[in-house]
Amino acid sequence: MIEVKNVEKSFGESKVLKGISATFDAGKTNLIIGQSGSGKTVLLKSLLGIFTPDVGTISFDGRIYSELSADEKRALRTEIGMVFQGSALFDSMTVEENIGFPLKMFTTKSPEEIRERVNTVIDRVNLVNANHKKPSEISGGMQKRVAIARAIVNNPRYLFCDEPNSGLDPKTAIVIDNLIHEITVEYNITTVVNTHDMNSVMEIGDKIIFLKNGILAWEGSKKDIFKTDNEAIVDFVYSSNLFKKIRKAQNKEE
Amino acid sequence: MRGLIFKEIDDLVIDSLGIVAFISFFVGGVVSIQTALNLTNPLIPKYLIGFATRQSVILEFAPTFISIIMAGKMGSFITSSIGTMRVTEQIDALEVMGVNSLNYLVFPKIIALLLYPFVIGIAMFLGVLGGWMAGVYGGFTASNEFIQGIQTEFIPFHITYAFIKTVVFAMILATIPSFHGYYMKGGALEVGKASTVSFVWTSVVIILVNYILTQLLLTN
Repeated sequence: MIEVKNVEKSFGESKVLKGISATFDAGKTNLIIGQSGSGKTVLLKSLLGIFTPDVGTISFDGRIYSELSADEKRALRTEIGMVFQGSALFDSMTVEENIGFPLKMFTTKSPEEIRERVNTVIDRVNLVNANHKKPSEISGGMQKRVAIARAIVNNPRYLFCDEPNSGLDPKTAIVIDNLIHEITVEYNITTVVNTHDMNSVMEIGDKIIFLKNGILAWEGSKKDIFKTDNEAIVDFVYSSNLFKKIRKAQNKEE
Repeated sequence: MRGLIFKEIDDLVIDSLGIVAFISFFVGGVVSIQTALNLTNPLIPKYLIGFATRQSVILEFAPTFISIIMAGKMGSFITSSIGTMRVTEQIDALEVMGVNSLNYLVFPKIIALLLYPFVIGIAMFLGVLGGWMAGVYGGFTASNEFIQGIQTEFIPFHITYAFIKTVVFAMILATIPSFHGYYMKGGALEVGKASTVSFVWTSVVIILVNYILTQLLLTN
């Protein structure tokens, strides 16, 4: 479980996070949603330790990040898997080398053991005939699968995904969303997904926190979204006509 | 790490040999021809063509001007490759994994460029060889005169001085472009700008350090 307590972060005069407190549960897909500029990425990067909060604490199963020594922070980071928006695969490496990279860097596994583990996760994310290709030679959807495989290869306790289905067609986006959700449940990982895609919210949102102007404006599950009267989330979710119709239909059923 | 160092040796050192060899050979030839054409007084011995070529190539052309050319070739490569990694979040990915990205990306380049004096040694040899070929086969001097010039008043410390400069320039070539790539912000356009700025700063620092080292090492 990741616990965020009263986190604030400013850049110059601009206060981006204004006292966020939230918990992200293990074995669940926790979604951070909100409009562009609401502070989602800053919160995610604060969770990852890329940004240091000005105020507040972030703890990983009781370990307060800001109180850890450099070595402890480094050790904690080996428990983290991250899927970047643009996949962030290493251009100079093949798919197999990309996925095996964390094992090569942080474990004492032999090349055979690494290859075996890499092939296991390659099978898990359904990557076919891509082992020896470079990232530039595969499609966007496959790159996302490689990024997910790289993120989970070292059995992480925490998985972070920044806009994992951006730039993908709707069908592939759903496949990627479901893959993240399945892996979260299967390995009991604390997964935090940063998204503004309402399809993802409806597919995999076990727990959702909604940010507006740096404030946690709402939290709940995907089911709660249709019942809530919170103006901020209603305004965000029902900016799409499709969801307006779904809400109307659901309200009628009830 | 060993694999990374070998890759950097290939990218930075081995891949530069062709252009260094080409430039050195022909510039050596031009230095020889220019010297010959300016020796119009019959009282000045022809062996000075070999002497001037040796001095120009060993003292300045090979260590300094090849390094400025390498600031363009190697420096741009280093800045753009690290800068692209920054833009595409590959450096963030390394950091999130717990890899010390600065060490991972820059250290192998510094180690690889410890072989840079080898490149400059080849540049020196080919520069003088080009001078000899242009001088002899262009009909400006006889082979024995040119070789006599190469041997005249040879000061071994000049070679030491040239290689001291080369080692310092190698560190400049590895670090300044890496700095500009690693700390760049923005997108693809900024990668191009960072490469240009990196080339300018690397060249300026090489020229200034060249002046300081010459003052320190060659003056009494």
